[in-house]
Amino acid sequence: MSKLVIASIGPASSVQDGGRPGAQRYGLVPSGAMDRLALAAANTLAGNEPFTAAVEVGPFGASFTARGGAVRVALAGAPRNADIAGRAVASDTSATLADGETLTLGFARGGSFSYLAIEGGIAGEPMFGSLAVNARAGLGSPYPRPLQAGDELQTKAASSAPERRIELPAATDAPIRMVWGPQDDEFADETKKLLVDSEWKISATSDRMGYRLEGPLLKHLHGHNIVSDGTVNGSLQVPGNGQPIVLMPDRGTSGGYPKIATVISADLGRFAQIPAGRAFRFRAVSMAEAQAEARKFAELLRTLPERLRAIENIDLNIDALHDANVAGHAVSAVDAGTWHAVSLADASGPD
Amino acid sequence: MAATLSPPRLLPSGDSAITVEFSRNIDDAANRRVLALDRELAAEPIAGITETVPTYRSLLVHYDPVLIDFDKLGEKILALAQRPVPATTKTRRWRIPVVYGGEHGVDLEDVAKTLNTTPDEIVARHVAGDYRVAMIGFTPGWSYLSGLADSLHMPRRQNPRLLTPAGTISIGGVQTGVQCLAGPSGWHLLGRTAVRTYQLHRDPIFLLEPGDNVTFAAVDAKTFEEQDRAAEAGEFIAEQIAS
Repeated sequence: MSKLVIASIGPASSVQDGGRPGAQRYGLVPSGAMDRLALAAANTLAGNEPFTAAVEVGPFGASFTARGGAVRVALAGAPRNADIAGRAVASDTSATLADGETLTLGFARGGSFSYLAIEGGIAGEPMFGSLAVNARAGLGSPYPRPLQAGDELQTKAASSAPERRIELPAATDAPIRMVWGPQDDEFADETKKLLVDSEWKISATSDRMGYRLEGPLLKHLHGHNIVSDGTVNGSLQVPGNGQPIVLMPDRGTSGGYPKIATVISADLGRFAQIPAGRAFRFRAVSMAEAQAEARKFAELLRTLPERLRAIENIDLNIDALHDANVAGHAVSAVDAGTWHAVSLADASGPD
Repeated sequence: MAATLSPPRLLPSGDSAITVEFSRNIDDAANRRVLALDRELAAEPIAGITETVPTYRSLLVHYDPVLIDFDKLGEKILALAQRPVPATTKTRRWRIPVVYGGEHGVDLEDVAKTLNTTPDEIVARHVAGDYRVAMIGFTPGWSYLSGLADSLHMPRRQNPRLLTPAGTISIGGVQTGVQCLAGPSGWHLLGRTAVRTYQLHRDPIFLLEPGDNVTFAAVDAKTFEEQDRAAEAGEFIAEQIAS
């Protein structure tokens, strides 16, 4: 049996999967990946079911060493520098670590979370059908807490499957879409207008429970206490200080602050990836539009395997590389040994 | 034809959940309707619903918008929600042992002072109550009970505590609570129970269900310690008693 040994890892990194829905009536929140599309993309590349447990890597770097055999992995989500023993690993591709080799991940660029899927998944004891870490509830396997250096993730030996890349829809900076409610009637029309007309930033004090928003204060019409009711991922609740919090996958299942709006499910992952301090906006959409987007998103998840491409296609398309003036650099696109240099050059660009 | 009840408000909670709101307040009749609708949906499942979460005054219904849309689901829920609430429903009844006061219930003396009575009288009033699990929420197993005597109603603490012990039995506003895990709380701490409402590797993992009836029984500190050890080993400690 092969394993990945964690040589180093930053905070806010944990094993996550599709989560454990079904026990919210007992106060147990599902948890699960902050960016479900990125999790599913990484797993699809690794040949796994889309919501298999993977490593959700926070904004900081990490390194993993293969022991006991080769380990095939795939990386998706926030772009970052990555290499295996000096061989660059591009985002949205699979790659294999030979026994003893180390995969090194840099800081996230232009996002917050990356997903390292492992071919064959991560061995663990599911609770309510999930390995996802929920540290407050003492849940998660193989470790019911964020990952630390020295932790070991047991997995299957790498197959000889060819490495692949996946073509995902282009990233967008479009406003985060939301629907009003359930308690938008606790706010004046001007306050609702302020929410969609203002520029917002995510506070550095945010975590997997909630993202605090920095921007104008939102005033309540009738005070900030309501009788506790149920929450969802994306609930935009407004506590007493008027500073909104968007509830994320480790939220409390109920809450006693009015919820002015809810981020649409298709935009939750994109919202989760907005780095602290970067400006963004909200846009209100109708329920019909939100549900149409949810169906499109489900279709995208379902058809991810059709988006897999052989990596050789890139290597051999030298004409295209010449056209794009990429081959003008003093590196060879067909010599993997020089990819590292290209990757580092990319890294110095704007995120 | 049976008379129908007033319709609840259907509030969108994003594109994959509906909040079915029966009242804006803590209201026993509303909570009964919440629990009744929850049972109806369990007995006659609507395709597309993935999970329901009862709270004091509303039922949060999670659903898959690929399978059913807001309007269609709302229509079906409205029809069910206006059916008369059955007068008698079979519910479970639990007796939960509590060690009151001292280090186990650090607010008991202050609560007595505020309510102009003695700690013993506060315990007597709390033990005399017949409670119902109105909702479970916030953290795993945190059970909010309705049925607190008027004479024990008091506002929550001005400054919530960041950490209160596992098994805390507390009062806040018009409610009393059984808290399973250690965590923050703004309620007044009357005592502790060895009962784990949430315990991994036990069957069932969750002891209480929304709608269950609960009474409390006072035990001494020594009994609590013994029960705590037994609970750690997986015993329920809470007694199920005849309704």
